[in-house]
Amino acid sequence: MTDSAVQEATRVAHVEPHDFQPPGFVRQVTTMVWRSLKHIKRQPEMLTDVTIQPVMFVLLFAFVFGGSIVIPGFNYREWLMPGIMAQTMAFSAFIVAIGLNMDLGKGIIDRFRSLPISRGSVLVGRSIYSIIHSSIGIFVMSLTGLAIGWRIHNGIGKALLAFALLLLFGFAMIWVGILVGSSMRSPEAVNGLMFTTIFPITFLANTFAPTVGMASWLRTIAEWNPISSLVQAMRELWGNGPAALPDAALPLHYPVLTTVIWSVAITAVVSPLAVRAFIRRTTD
Amino acid sequence: MTITTDARAVRDRSTGPAIEAEHLVKRFGDMTAVDDVSFSVPQGTVLGLLGPNGAGKTTTVRMMTTLSRPTSGSARVAGHDVAREPELVRRSMGLTGQAATVDELLTGRENLRMMGSLYGLPGGEVRRLSAELLERFSLTDAGNKVVKDYSGGMRRRLDLAVSLIATPPVLFLDEPTTGLDPRSRVELWDVLRGLVRDGTTLLLTTQYLEEADQLADRIVVIDHGRIIAQGTPLELKDQSGKAAIVLTVSHADQLEAARALLAAHVPEVHVDVAARQLTAPADGLSDMTRVATVFERSEIVLDDLGLQRPSLDDVFLSLTGHRAEPPAGDSAETPTEPSTQTEEQR
Repeated sequence: MTDSAVQEATRVAHVEPHDFQPPGFVRQVTTMVWRSLKHIKRQPEMLTDVTIQPVMFVLLFAFVFGGSIVIPGFNYREWLMPGIMAQTMAFSAFIVAIGLNMDLGKGIIDRFRSLPISRGSVLVGRSIYSIIHSSIGIFVMSLTGLAIGWRIHNGIGKALLAFALLLLFGFAMIWVGILVGSSMRSPEAVNGLMFTTIFPITFLANTFAPTVGMASWLRTIAEWNPISSLVQAMRELWGNGPAALPDAALPLHYPVLTTVIWSVAITAVVSPLAVRAFIRRTTD
Repeated sequence: MTITTDARAVRDRSTGPAIEAEHLVKRFGDMTAVDDVSFSVPQGTVLGLLGPNGAGKTTTVRMMTTLSRPTSGSARVAGHDVAREPELVRRSMGLTGQAATVDELLTGRENLRMMGSLYGLPGGEVRRLSAELLERFSLTDAGNKVVKDYSGGMRRRLDLAVSLIATPPVLFLDEPTTGLDPRSRVELWDVLRGLVRDGTTLLLTTQYLEEADQLADRIVVIDHGRIIAQGTPLELKDQSGKAAIVLTVSHADQLEAARALLAAHVPEVHVDVAARQLTAPADGLSDMTRVATVFERSEIVLDDLGLQRPSLDDVFLSLTGHRAEPPAGDSAETPTEPSTQTEEQR
């Protein structure tokens, strides 16, 4: 072996990559979630949408409208809480859409794609993060609710079932967020679209006022709204509101079942579109 | 599981080229961004992909780094096909893209930690390597600061450090010094030279002729998606064939005698009286030696005698018919050449 050949051999040996295996999917995802949680630490104001905003809503609705909305046999403040929680969970779509869209617009997505990791880890990481994000909101609101007189009346089992439904619905909404976040060209566009769709949809329901007072066509739309099923289910499970009136639309008579059906249906329809939009956006 | 096979596949690289492109083509609709680009980079060397904005450099790098699928043609990195074995390619290379690819809301150390963890390195290893890289890139003090507060040069250095966390044998750098001040640029060059000394193979794109000249073993000049020339910096300069003998006399009163003497041996001579300088076209070193002998035998005292090769800028001009335009606000990239001076003073 000549000297230069020896040199060549040692030189190549020197740059051998470390003996490492690409991380498992779980580690990929936890790293992505860790990253998002660090973002909160750096910009705590990111949490205002699930802290100050819903608390403000609770207080505004409870004290401003609370006097003029009467729910026979129930306290409006208690009746209100499931509505606001459902609304906050619906906004999970918002959080995941904005976060994903910002990542997609930056060089960092190219960095992630150049790594030996699954592209899906970006999605799953963002989704788990948004559930954490929304859950912080639910927690803060629960405390606020407790402070103004909201109580759970029907025991721990039903109480947990209501929270589980809330999470299930949040999961369905995340797919909507992934679809919107992957399809829109800028965070501003995401904001615009979400504010003109999700926001009114959360109002066109039984969230803040009973549907009885609405014009009949509007009432039908509101009662078929998935949000209404979720809110009705939570109210019944927590003992915060009456059962559906006899003339209410079908979904409200089986609110738990319809919430599950709605969540599964939204996921089934939206998730293939969302994944396709994401793959298209990250391929060229 | 094929984990062990995979690991061996990553390490088991022959002595073949570290990077290869064969007839790469990328079309976006009607637009052909990259048109039949082929090159090969031996291990431990630097290839400079040189061209103006929009020439297709970034698209080429994106195809080589699995970010973009070639319309046709193929590419291999560390022996692995980018289309068929993207996973193995990703484990063999690092990429520093043109846009900053670090997370602005994390600290420098956290960025390194995130990438180390996404490469699957053990936690202790990540901490050790992070400290080492921060030190090497003079970022130790800034390691715990949020990247948002970094200067452009620090960001670039961190970007590069992050690409190196898994010690990739092949590194792609897309315009690594664009937007840097001259001092940071020279510092980054030093770091890159160090990496190459340690055996890393580098592919860097640049609009700066000087940068390609400084760092690259071979240069591929690309314009409108096509390769218009390739070779060593020296070969490219020879290719444009405009070498000149530049001669400076010590005493102004000998300038005319020197001009006469030189004119007897070369077809034409340009005189710059103020600089006491004579310039004549030359074919190469033999012309230069001949002139040196003639003057040594004469009474004329010379300050300087040299062969002036054309700059890469001249090469680019002769190849493309237009200058490689440096980005706005960033001039004086190429040293001023005596040959162009005489052109003006003729």
